[in-house]
Amino acid sequence: MIKPDRIVTTTCPYCGVGCNLKLHIKDDFIFKVTSPFDSPVNQGNLCVKGRFGYDFIYHPKRVTTPLARRYLLEGKPKPEGREQVFAVSTDGAPIPNSQISNLWDWVETDWETALNITADTLARIYKRDGSDAMAVYCCAKATNEDNYLLQKMWRALFRTNNVDHCTRLCHAGSVVALLQALGTSAMSNTASQVALNDVFIVTGSNTGENHPIIALQMKEAVRQNGAKLIVIDPRRIDLVDFAELWLPLKPGTNVPVFSAMAHVIVKENLINPDFIANRTEGFNEFIESLEKFTPEFAEEISGAPAEDIRKAARMYAKANNAAIYWGMGISQLSHGTASALGLVNLALLTGHIGRDGTGLNPLRGQNNVQGASDMGAMPFFYPGYQRVDNEEHAAKWEKLWNIEPNGLPRKLGLTTTEILSHAHEGGVRALFIMGENPMMSEPNLNETRKHMQELEFLVSQDIFINESGAFADVFLPATPFAEKDGTFSNTDRRVQRVRTAQPPRGDSRPDWKILCDLALRLESRLGVATSHWAYSHPEEILREAATLSKDYAGITYERIDKVGLIYPVPTLDHPGTPTLFKESFPRGKGKFISVDYVPVKEPVDDEYPFILTTGRVLEHWHGGTMTRNSVVDEVYPEARVEIHPADAEMHGIANNMPVHVTSRRGEIVLRATVTEKTTVGVVFIPWHFHEAAANLLTNDALDPQALIPEFKACAVQVFPAREGELANPENVLARGRY
Amino acid sequence: MAITLVMDGKELTVEDGKTLLDVAREMGKDVPTICYHDATTANGLCRMCVVEVEGQRALQPACVVQAGAGMKVHTRSEKVIRARKTILEMLDSTMDLSEADEIQTMMKDYNTDANRFPDAERRESEIKDDNPMYIRDYSKCLLCWRCVQVCAEDAQYTYAINFEGRGFETQIGTFFDKTIPETTCVLCGQCVAVCPTGALKPRREYLLQQGMSPQEISVLNTGRKKRKAR
Repeated sequence: MIKPDRIVTTTCPYCGVGCNLKLHIKDDFIFKVTSPFDSPVNQGNLCVKGRFGYDFIYHPKRVTTPLARRYLLEGKPKPEGREQVFAVSTDGAPIPNSQISNLWDWVETDWETALNITADTLARIYKRDGSDAMAVYCCAKATNEDNYLLQKMWRALFRTNNVDHCTRLCHAGSVVALLQALGTSAMSNTASQVALNDVFIVTGSNTGENHPIIALQMKEAVRQNGAKLIVIDPRRIDLVDFAELWLPLKPGTNVPVFSAMAHVIVKENLINPDFIANRTEGFNEFIESLEKFTPEFAEEISGAPAEDIRKAARMYAKANNAAIYWGMGISQLSHGTASALGLVNLALLTGHIGRDGTGLNPLRGQNNVQGASDMGAMPFFYPGYQRVDNEEHAAKWEKLWNIEPNGLPRKLGLTTTEILSHAHEGGVRALFIMGENPMMSEPNLNETRKHMQELEFLVSQDIFINESGAFADVFLPATPFAEKDGTFSNTDRRVQRVRTAQPPRGDSRPDWKILCDLALRLESRLGVATSHWAYSHPEEILREAATLSKDYAGITYERIDKVGLIYPVPTLDHPGTPTLFKESFPRGKGKFISVDYVPVKEPVDDEYPFILTTGRVLEHWHGGTMTRNSVVDEVYPEARVEIHPADAEMHGIANNMPVHVTSRRGEIVLRATVTEKTTVGVVFIPWHFHEAAANLLTNDALDPQALIPEFKACAVQVFPAREGELANPENVLARGRY
Repeated sequence: MAITLVMDGKELTVEDGKTLLDVAREMGKDVPTICYHDATTANGLCRMCVVEVEGQRALQPACVVQAGAGMKVHTRSEKVIRARKTILEMLDSTMDLSEADEIQTMMKDYNTDANRFPDAERRESEIKDDNPMYIRDYSKCLLCWRCVQVCAEDAQYTYAINFEGRGFETQIGTFFDKTIPETTCVLCGQCVAVCPTGALKPRREYLLQQGMSPQEISVLNTGRKKRKAR
């Protein structure tokens, strides 16, 4: 038995569940991860990523020395023709030699040089082209403190709101819907309250793989408490085995199904009249809009049987405590906002909100996507969801950041997807990316690649050179979760500590330190008064962020030392708020908003007969920067396309056979898994694998309100390929569970 | 409803529905347990927690027997001590307890005799190293069942492992003796977390024990797959 030198308590860096970890360390090497069985979040349970997937921090490909392209160090102009840069990096060598020009080689340098080059170049571009040329991607994996500093830097120094992060690509539709209807955007209740549900709906979420620990609580609710589960999803996910009812709808047909459920609830008089009278508005106009959404109409569009839609509506409406849990299958559509509003309307009709064990619960994907949003890493909001175009809010932040009146921009910034589509002469020239990977996560990657190449200056602050870092001019090596202090806010709104378990490897530095060093250099080059960048510990950063955010006002590191607090925590003696809206909604009354059915932007046709939907698998994480460089990659080493046996037979496709999947935007080659986990006419591809990147195929059509792309439905064709066409034919997924 | 019972000569009033183990722990009594775990359903398998209840023919496993009105309970009577000592001696003579820290402490506490069962046949088996996450060393397994329980309805609802074989041959295994990746296993490691003896162990910890350095372990998996640049 190995005796650890120390055991450090921290928070898992993967999904939004926010599991508590104990890292067992010997000689600065984590050899074991456990979790306290009394943890209120995960009760000692972990998934494969949390338990075993932390080893990316020791991966030899991790970059721990600052890098700059040779042209910068030699003061030469940026070389042309960087087309092949992408290929060079995915090969993975930390300092790849470019095929194009040795001026594009990565060269190891020191922090002083790397930060000076970065500050000089950013300042030069800003002075030349102004605020609109500057943009930044904050990071849903980094801490609250890191995100607060990065949005502060861009707003205070470059006077732009071109600040966003990957929340735009995941729950933007849900956020906009909840803001419109209720006035706030987070989960209304905590995930562990599923134990109090007697009926619950899971829709557009493969909870078992994407929030495995919440799924355990759901399974327990079904098996131990007798709760009834309704799954509304195009895939036969593992939770279907636990469900009373499964509504297999076609991707992108949420609105008719949810509206038909509302139709049934109204027609059969299963509404909650007191709740509607006291807590809502717009009911009369809303019920008029439901008239056409009969279950039969919904069945025709969605394929979900009308009778099952009726059953689901009755079960949900008649429950004592019912809740809805949803994921990207709702929001990642060109009508993602309408889709989420359909769910909000169901809760308002039945009053299943504002009490323990009820609620509207968008399960947040990343460990800190909630926190990054709370910290203002968005183009429309300062920290605490204070609009940037509101005079009063802007004035408060100007005062805190020591900026002259009217110094902060009132103009809304560009979103994640817009930042790249504006990357051209006269548009965005400089982009700073902290930890994100748009070259895997954006839709229609061939288009994204062109935009990345059009940037004049790209800084990547990360732990690996990922598919996006390959385009960078400067690489700033940051530290992963185990080598820094800070806080993550999980999907329950619980703010939890992240702790330094081991010293930074090599010459890497915690993100917050890099950002402060860079900000101070920029201030001297821009000749502006300081907005305060001298912090001795991340705790001081959170205190600063909390001064103007009432949700975080009562949160201190001391108070969350043992157990995290669930915001809103308005005062230092406030115990936290697991259940929102007990008295009222932030906007006053909950608003029924009528929605109409809008088909997906790219319907199937004879040429492209399958609907492609994308998602994730248990073993991998998003763009793969972490898990593809971890031991978990060994047990899930290749992309697979899931196809239904009936479709496979018709197209001459056998299990494990390599196939081409082609859309109007791109083509990939990968092996097929023939399985009833998907439905007829629908194929599924996880988007973690650069060798067969699903986002080369996806459609970049946007939701008009939330500006979220339609990842969940586009048209593709599938036909057999040869073994030799696979990127890595020797990597074969061989698992009993797939 | 409250009930009254006597434990080690002291009269107590407790809430109905508690086990004798709950009551003993609330009183600060040291009732040792091996198979019992707060996060799993108690089954009374190992019998280490037995107590003597007056009027009952056999010793009672405290982890599953509910406190009853009027019970007279002895948590450390001579009979109890002899039983616990025998259990420890039987385990010690048949399996590898070298990494079972808590059981080692119990053996000292109960002053066990290492030569009590000199002819005992040891349960020995090869280490199963069939997945990159954890190893299974069933020479160290005392069949407490916790791993099976957390894989099933105490946590994961995955059902990848169960008992196989009968009697002396009983062992934890996968169905049809498949390797872990071939089963329904989700590699969550909950089984590793509840193992009391080091029979289940993270592979990284195992490799450190084998004398590999952190550097060697870190590059172990990185060369296996060849990657082709796009």
